[in-house]
Amino acid sequence: MKARLVFLGKLADLAGAGEIEVASGPLEAVLATLSPSLAVELLGERVRMALNGEITADRAVVLGAGDELAFLPPVSGG
Amino acid sequence: MEARLEIRLALAPFDPATELAAFTAAHPQAGGVVSFLGQVRADGVVEALELQHFAPLTLPGMEALGRAVLASWALDGLLIVHRAGTMAPGEPIVLVAAAARHRRDAFAAADFAMDHLKSESWFWKREKRAGQWHWIEPREQDYADKARWS
Repeated sequence: MKARLVFLGKLADLAGAGEIEVASGPLEAVLATLSPSLAVELLGERVRMALNGEITADRAVVLGAGDELAFLPPVSGG
Repeated sequence: MEARLEIRLALAPFDPATELAAFTAAHPQAGGVVSFLGQVRADGVVEALELQHFAPLTLPGMEALGRAVLASWALDGLLIVHRAGTMAPGEPIVLVAAAARHRRDAFAAADFAMDHLKSESWFWKREKRAGQWHWIEPREQDYADKARWS
């Protein structure tokens, strides 16, 4: 019943890893298990999310087993 | 004839001259080919540059950009090769080439493609300076460059 969080760019440094396993469930409950400073960054208004590779703006998403939720900070160009 | 789109994400170094020669040879009917090459600045400060990508979005986003370019200008072909991974100073980062009957379409298409690659493609950039990696924040100039087209 695990889901995965993926962190891109500087968010990976803040999280200390490019991805972590978390218990599935509502995003709010998942974020509550992380450090508050990381959770605040992940909820920043310029951070976008992709659920299983598709952009979503749904902050109330419920992660099921095997789901991957990626956090995408502002892009910084080629 | 339908315009040809060639969009690639390169995970290893590429040779811009080889790419451009193949692209030009594939479009003998084009009257003009405009190309832009972006490379890692050798400024004596930056030791390496890394571009991180996100596989589900990065290449699909570049392909969508390519289709938008073809829909907007009369091109014979469009080539975009973009590196991801770690690069040394002087190494190529991105090559855009547009082939068209008439040069103005090729200039505008390449310019548009670069402005959009810089401001909205799914890459995250960091530089190594004095042995330390630093994430690069988005530049206002990149947003302003893109806004020229709206």
